[in-house]
Amino acid sequence: MRPFTYARPESAVAAVQAFTAAGAGARYIAGGTSLYDLMKLDIEKPQHLIDVTTIRGLDGIETDGERLRFEALAPMSTVATDKVVLRDYPVLAEALWKAASQQLRNMATVGGNLLQRTRCLYFRNGAGGTSVGNTYPCNKREPGSGCAAIGGLDRSQAVLGQSPSCTAVSPGDWPVALVALDAYVEVLGASGSRAIPIAELYRLPGSTPNLEFTLQPGEMITAIVVPKTKAGRHSTYHKIRDRESYAFALASAAVALDMDGDTVTRARIALGGVATKPWRATAAEALLAGKPLTPATALAAGHAAFADAKAGKQNGFKIELGARTVADALTIAAARNRS
Amino acid sequence: MADMDHFLGVPLTRRTALGGTAALTASSLIAESDPLVAAQLAKPVGVRLAIRTTVNGKAVPVEIDVRTSLLDLLREQLHLTGAKKGCDHGQCGACTVHVDGRRVASCLTLAAKVDGRAVTTIEGLADGETLHPMQQAFIDHDALQCGYCTPGQIMAAVACVREGNATSKDRIREYMSGNICRCGAYVGIVAAIEQVAGREKA
Repeated sequence: MRPFTYARPESAVAAVQAFTAAGAGARYIAGGTSLYDLMKLDIEKPQHLIDVTTIRGLDGIETDGERLRFEALAPMSTVATDKVVLRDYPVLAEALWKAASQQLRNMATVGGNLLQRTRCLYFRNGAGGTSVGNTYPCNKREPGSGCAAIGGLDRSQAVLGQSPSCTAVSPGDWPVALVALDAYVEVLGASGSRAIPIAELYRLPGSTPNLEFTLQPGEMITAIVVPKTKAGRHSTYHKIRDRESYAFALASAAVALDMDGDTVTRARIALGGVATKPWRATAAEALLAGKPLTPATALAAGHAAFADAKAGKQNGFKIELGARTVADALTIAAARNRS
Repeated sequence: MADMDHFLGVPLTRRTALGGTAALTASSLIAESDPLVAAQLAKPVGVRLAIRTTVNGKAVPVEIDVRTSLLDLLREQLHLTGAKKGCDHGQCGACTVHVDGRRVASCLTLAAKVDGRAVTTIEGLADGETLHPMQQAFIDHDALQCGYCTPGQIMAAVACVREGNATSKDRIREYMSGNICRCGAYVGIVAAIEQVAGREKA
């Protein structure tokens, strides 16, 4: 692994100052489950690490008032077992506990998880850390080198939001649930703090798939804020994987419903495992508004969510699987409305 | 067998034998190869950091290269080889240890992060000659075959019970899913955890 310097600031302001002082090649590290992993593969090459886990008092969970507020350093495992989150927002609790293993959830933070990088096989392999000889081209890893996934082994690649440069799937579960609930993140940078709607934190790959987030250099996520909604109780995160646990999504759906009896007054639907960023399914939401939730309307909504999907060679199954994942999620969430 | 345990009067353990072999192999490989390759293999000098951690109840002041993982600190510097390196990428669970009582993957934990914190490894589980109940339960239920994943399984299992996640077979399986057993001893592992969880409930 390449050498780096290592700083341990005690406050968020000191962390930003350390980042600015370090200059090019600086990175924040929280739990490290994604960044340190990719450093071992020589994909991430920071010259200066600023460990934000030594910041004091940035791991609180607030559930009183009009919003939920999770400070960035709260471990995923702690938020997943918060009593209010478990009772009133199952979509959030399930997105967290269906992600990773308990070991990793104890290490990873809810802020850091938002910036997890793709699991695309061509992105993760061939950088030199694990292979000898030729490396696979990857525009995300080496801008301008090409994309080996397009026309290659693409079973796990995206069917929504791809570009001619990149088809890598956005890997997260937690961000998908937060997108469905219209969360936003608070960030701190050299020029002060600002709030970013979670959906705007992520970029489409376009011609610059190496740029994944809209954070400015030196900005760090300090908190995640979720406006409270009664739809939280009628919600679920449904995740379909190659094995039953501890795997990334082939397709997933975060769903929260406002209902009047059996009629959906408003649906919130976001998709994971199928798109290049956490994907809000607005067409599916519009189709359901004002309609009763039946097996037929649920499946129609699922298909609407994938109306614009385009398959490669081996990932066409994700379109039907994804539609049915949405339909199942809607059914589960609606049942929670009745109970 | 007693003679086999000594080599030129030096007590021979499996570890010293393996360590010696590995060192010989590595040096001869480098000597025979291209000088450029040898230079690439030489580790770049990293930034050093003095940390104070507690491992299995003992204070451990130690100097590390900041790139070091907790797993490599335990195995290579502190010679606690119970935690195993399976994948080195957080996918297999063989390296599971506890930090401040919570289970973590030591391979993805920067050693610098345990400065001022308490680490428990499989070596710290038994009380003298008395095995931890989970260690005994793994023996009772034949919950291993080759044993490579076992230290990680046991550390994860102890945490699983302590967290209150050992309430049913399904829940145990879910909360043990981060520990892969290539021999497929899962039935015994789940039974061992149920035994310990049941005893603590009673």
